[in-house]
Amino acid sequence: MKKLKNFFGNAYLAIVFVFLYAPIVTLIVYSFNEGRGRKWQGFSVRWYEELFHSASIGDAVYNTLTIAFLSALIATVIGVISCIGLQALKGRTRNLYMALNNIPMLNSDLVTGLSLMLAFIAVGVTFGYSTVLLAHISFNVPYVIVNVMPRYRQMNQSTYEAALDLGAKPVKAFLKVVLPELMPGVISGFLMAFTMSLDDFIITHFTKGPGINTISTLIYSEIRRGIKPSMNALSTIMFISAIILLVLTNFSPTGSKTEVKDR
Amino acid sequence: MNENVIIQLEHITKRFEDNHNILDDLCLDIHENEFITLLGPSGCGKTTTLRIIGGFETPNEGRVLFEGRDITALPPYKRELNTVFQKYALFPHLNVEENIAFGLKIKGKTKDYIRDKIKYALRLVNLERHEKRMPDQLSGGQQQRIAIARAIVNEPKVLLLDEPLGALDLKLRQDMQYELIRLKNELGITFVYVTHDQEEALTMSDTVVVMNKGYIQQMGTPEMIYNEPENAFVADFVGDSNIMDGLFLHDELVEIFGAKFPCVDKGFGINKPVDVVIRPEDVDLLPPGKGSLDGVVTHIIFKGVHYEMEVTTPDGYEWLVHSTDMFPVGTKVSIHVDPFDIQIMNKPQSEDEEALGVDE
Amino acid sequence: MNKRKLLSLPYLVWMIGFTVIPLLMILWYGFQKKTGGFTLEHVLAIARPEHLKPLLISLLLSVICTAICLVIAYPLALILRKANLKKSSFVIFIFILPMWMNFLLRTYAWLNLLDDGGLVYVLMQKMGFKGNIVGTYSAILLGMVYNYLPFMVLPLYNAMTKIDDFTLNAARDLGANERQVNLHVILPLTFPGIVSGITMVFVPSLTTFVVSDLLGGRKIFLIGNIIEQEFSTASNWNLGAGLSFVLMIFILVSMAILNHYDTLGEEEEA
Repeated sequence: MKKLKNFFGNAYLAIVFVFLYAPIVTLIVYSFNEGRGRKWQGFSVRWYEELFHSASIGDAVYNTLTIAFLSALIATVIGVISCIGLQALKGRTRNLYMALNNIPMLNSDLVTGLSLMLAFIAVGVTFGYSTVLLAHISFNVPYVIVNVMPRYRQMNQSTYEAALDLGAKPVKAFLKVVLPELMPGVISGFLMAFTMSLDDFIITHFTKGPGINTISTLIYSEIRRGIKPSMNALSTIMFISAIILLVLTNFSPTGSKTEVKDR
Repeated sequence: MNENVIIQLEHITKRFEDNHNILDDLCLDIHENEFITLLGPSGCGKTTTLRIIGGFETPNEGRVLFEGRDITALPPYKRELNTVFQKYALFPHLNVEENIAFGLKIKGKTKDYIRDKIKYALRLVNLERHEKRMPDQLSGGQQQRIAIARAIVNEPKVLLLDEPLGALDLKLRQDMQYELIRLKNELGITFVYVTHDQEEALTMSDTVVVMNKGYIQQMGTPEMIYNEPENAFVADFVGDSNIMDGLFLHDELVEIFGAKFPCVDKGFGINKPVDVVIRPEDVDLLPPGKGSLDGVVTHIIFKGVHYEMEVTTPDGYEWLVHSTDMFPVGTKVSIHVDPFDIQIMNKPQSEDEEALGVDE
Repeated sequence: MNKRKLLSLPYLVWMIGFTVIPLLMILWYGFQKKTGGFTLEHVLAIARPEHLKPLLISLLLSVICTAICLVIAYPLALILRKANLKKSSFVIFIFILPMWMNFLLRTYAWLNLLDDGGLVYVLMQKMGFKGNIVGTYSAILLGMVYNYLPFMVLPLYNAMTKIDDFTLNAARDLGANERQVNLHVILPLTFPGIVSGITMVFVPSLTTFVVSDLLGGRKIFLIGNIIEQEFSTASNWNLGAGLSFVLMIFILVSMAILNHYDTLGEEEEA
């Protein structure tokens, strides 16, 4: 009886897993296709070679990665600092602050993207790398706060005071005592922000200027003509790197240490 | 089978993934209307035993009998017993009344019946007029009472209690101990109680089962457990005690640190190494030379009712002594123990018995 | 203490600059004539058939998509919860990992599977389904469910892992079988997770224009496509803003519902 139930449970998990990963496997397979179409024309790495010779792809990769990294980093700094302040706020002020913070997360990307575009036009800035970066920071901070705040609340508040009592200056006490305690939340916040930025298309679409592309917008511009398989090759490389990174961080000793701390 | 046995554990073995036996061939009879306590340090298997009775774990070997019926494979919701959990485990989304009514609603009882039961249970645990409170608005002690009320409205024949007082402070814990005894007498059902607190076990139980490393060390009334521990583990775990190596010279005479002490035990052989247990309150201090073994007071603490002293004898052993008389540090004294207060125990022999020893 | 409060100020200013003012800009454009002056024309334009039909289709598809996601995700989260995994973070990674494959490509890949000659196409033919679903509502629905399913699974799973084992055992102890445990304990305790999941799926599926672009075969237009076109090709920003305002109302309503349960802060704890 219990075994039967387990069987159905596992079968269900397997079906959902296939649903989630089938298109990804398809993409990876097609990235090694000799031809362009849907037909399999033999194994080849030509799309990978082409990938490294295309300047437009190179630029898009550079923009995507630097924007993802910088926006996640800046958002993390802003997010952590705001959490300290937020912790000191009470009642209605705090609720209002959290509600404002939640807007970009809950709002539609379409509306967020359009509203930022209209605002940038009103101020009169030139659309380009910096507008995309600012937009990405804006939608990333909420993810950092939402990851860090619960840890902050769980933390024993007297450790900070103990550090002050033992003679540490406030900044030092924060860096030596509070920050390490928040670290798992900070890391997951940073990673989430990085991922969101990497995967974003809609907001970038509305806030980028002509002549600058991220991987997403480059792919979108190719849809009408048919997406080049070198894009598949690029995504395969990124996806595999993500898995390798994941495996490394999850099985390294430091990774398991944070896991223990989490309990 | 004994007429009034309600639960029988037959040769229960429970292994965890790492092939380490948490319970090893455990046999235990629980009688109707008994307050039985499983006592032992953490990891001794007491909670696992309770979870097996409750149906939350299945043993790898052995059977659980309830009124003679095999219930080993029966899921918890079909068992006629209820549990009070360690951290109360009240349903956070339901108020007091709904928490208590949970089991009765599942069983499809009528509204009138449920209302009467809630009233009765709340009166029993002294929490009338708290019906509409949510669990997070209650103190730890109140949550505990609701958890008990929630269990007993189902009229279980056996109530399982898993360290229910562990999260309460000392004063409240003592109050709750009396409350539990009163409840048990009023309900007339069997209580199976798990704790690591020896004082709790001795205060409340009819029967205490001392466990360590998956084995039952000793089972008996609180008086038996305290006064006649069967091995060094029980002696050490229950109450304070002096546990020493001794040599059983012959019947009614034992040698400790070279001094001869008359005792009342017989049949341990001749010139045989044994463990000797002497409770600190049974050690009498006399002027030097008047007792069996001389020593010097090396430590003293006032404990309120008595003084706790350490007396060091020439071999270096520090005797723990409780006395209402005060002997300042440095006083030369002589140790005397009444023959009746000396407890002789065999040294462990087999490997399994070794495991019972004091090695914490 | 007061000094610490000051640290919340910079981001407050940021939020006003990058969230509040931009949203007000939409109102500003949406209620303004092209030539200047107040008008309701752009907002009321939603009632015109060429806008109303896409809106209704969007609403219908997003409601169905949300329902499907809930139906798929709830048992899934329940199975994962009851498996009592030691590394719950692993489950979360499984659902976040696909995001590292570009969103557009992931969706586009379904074309390879669904279109004539694709694996799913062939399978469906064999099972007796005639015709190609690319360019139909079903294809768009599939794309939506595919993209937004993780947003339903994660809040549900988080809500479920927060339920103590003791609580579940207490219910079993009191006579509840598995079905009753699910119904009387897990379901009410995961309600905030359900609300949060519904919002997280409903909002993006209501406003998407990419999924319909990719899988709609350029035959189906959702309200998202209409708005996007007003901004990019038609360049009628005021109309686009007016229509966006109508969408915002729908989003605001669902956000108000979510705020009422105010659980998001804790949702992401895992």
